[in-house]
Amino acid sequence: MALQSDTDAATPKFLRGKYAICGVGETTYRRGSQESTRNLATWAINNALEDAGMTADDVDGMLDYSGNDSVFAPQVANDLGIRLNFYMDVHGGGSSTEALIGIAIGVIEAGMCKTVAIYRAMNGYSQVRIGGTGARSAVPINGDQIHHRGYGWQSAGQMFAPTFLRHMYDYGTTPEQVAHVKVAHSKHASNNPKAYYKTRYTVEDVVNSRIICKPLHLLDCCVETDNATCIIVTSIDRARDCKNAPAVIQSVAGRVCKPRGDIHLHYQHGPISTVAGHYAKDIIFPNAGVGPKDIDITGSYDAFTFTTMLQLEDYGFCEKGEGGDYVSSGAIELGGRRPNNTSGGHLCEGYTHGMNMVIENTRQLRGEVDDSCPVGPDGKKQHTYDYSEGGCRQVKGVEMSANLGWAHPGAGSAMIMAKDAR
Amino acid sequence: MPIQGEYMGMMLTIDDVDQENREFFRHCAEGTFHLQKGKESGLLRYPPTTACPWTRDREYDWVPVEGKGAVHSYAEVHHPIQPAFREKVPYMVLVVDLDTQLGQPTEHEALRVAGNLLTADSEFVLPETIKSVGIGTRVRMVFTEVTEGFALPHWTIDEDAEQPENPWRYPQE
Repeated sequence: MALQSDTDAATPKFLRGKYAICGVGETTYRRGSQESTRNLATWAINNALEDAGMTADDVDGMLDYSGNDSVFAPQVANDLGIRLNFYMDVHGGGSSTEALIGIAIGVIEAGMCKTVAIYRAMNGYSQVRIGGTGARSAVPINGDQIHHRGYGWQSAGQMFAPTFLRHMYDYGTTPEQVAHVKVAHSKHASNNPKAYYKTRYTVEDVVNSRIICKPLHLLDCCVETDNATCIIVTSIDRARDCKNAPAVIQSVAGRVCKPRGDIHLHYQHGPISTVAGHYAKDIIFPNAGVGPKDIDITGSYDAFTFTTMLQLEDYGFCEKGEGGDYVSSGAIELGGRRPNNTSGGHLCEGYTHGMNMVIENTRQLRGEVDDSCPVGPDGKKQHTYDYSEGGCRQVKGVEMSANLGWAHPGAGSAMIMAKDAR
Repeated sequence: MPIQGEYMGMMLTIDDVDQENREFFRHCAEGTFHLQKGKESGLLRYPPTTACPWTRDREYDWVPVEGKGAVHSYAEVHHPIQPAFREKVPYMVLVVDLDTQLGQPTEHEALRVAGNLLTADSEFVLPETIKSVGIGTRVRMVFTEVTEGFALPHWTIDEDAEQPENPWRYPQE
């Protein structure tokens, strides 16, 4: 009998290059929005429609995800005067963005609708805190949850800690190496006017901040913010009629799981320092027809510094076990070989459950990131490629990006996009 | 009727249709650790599930299992979420490789059973004790009662076992 790990999960490759992200948008990243998630959603979708040069009539599909903390698509569509031919409200968190982009491609391909707006609207600081405090800690504990929450093992950091520590044990990874992820992302955020945290941090700042749950210091953990984000997916032909250049989807993987891939079951299958990217890489790279070496920028799910390190390693951007060396080598910083999370990501820009890293890579592929560089007479950014504090964050000559979504060590999603060859 | 009890300020509930968890925690309340053993595969599994992950077999027996093993990895919490854990920090959640069925059915599979590190009397340990425990530490199971017919399995240092000289700990103390 074939092992689960031997299963060829590769999907048909004929969809490579046929779909694109044609519009992206977000609200401001704040703490204390004083607005409903419904209001935040309409704001972000309007910005994405504006970015695409589309009207309400151009969108007829909607997808969103949440965990009992947001608004459903029919209400948002109602507010915006969008008549839907397809919608679905999905339960989920971090691994949803790329997975929903894949679903959008599928439903358009099936002829169910033409253009899908994907949104995530959340008051992740002022209403339902993703870290598990407040309303989340007061939820009754039932059945299977007793096996973890009964032990005071609840927040994402607490749940992932055994994986992080085991990686240190297995490979000699150090706290200082992993702290470089925060250093890099904070450097990027300092060149992002919309980032929630724009301060640059050092390795010493990170390892001297207080311990939350070993091995996580405060600065190894992401920010919690209130915001909404939107990504519009359509066919490449429609995308080419839009206002901005399309980010062309080469391949996508959605919620790929390790064996026993549930948040509290995945420890039953080792090595526990291996994460779901180990399996997802065998879908996204063959389907895109490229390898890790062809990728210019990455967008990894940085709920924690460690998640970025583990993903970059298991997706093959470095050898297994060498993630600590890779993230501390300068490779992931602006100016480095393959910058990661150039907007500052979840650690610094804002927490959006994965959306903002896809939005950032879309803008990078267009050559149009929203940094402080001046706008020229042609209406385009005049990028300086000077990455000093407060400066440019556009990466030069970006042709291909990879996004690496994460739900927990046992499940993840991913996507490869390319600059439009036209 | 659901089984319900308050533990560490949390209301823990097992629905009456949740037969797997009811049996699991009932055995714990009787002071003997039991796991489901698939009838076809003869393999034990944890935590309770509705079918055998290796054969899809829905038939199983509850069998007693020795609660001994070594720490595979852990979480050491300094910033708690639930209010009642505030006075217990730092506390450890251990993920323990059971001696039973170790390396079966494959080298990467093991029964890895979670629980807090407690004293032999089922109290949360002092910080000095935490500093002696890491990957490789030998532990044995203890139980804490939630309510009648419902107890949680936990871990304590196995005083009778030969302990590793330096169990691996997070380097920054």
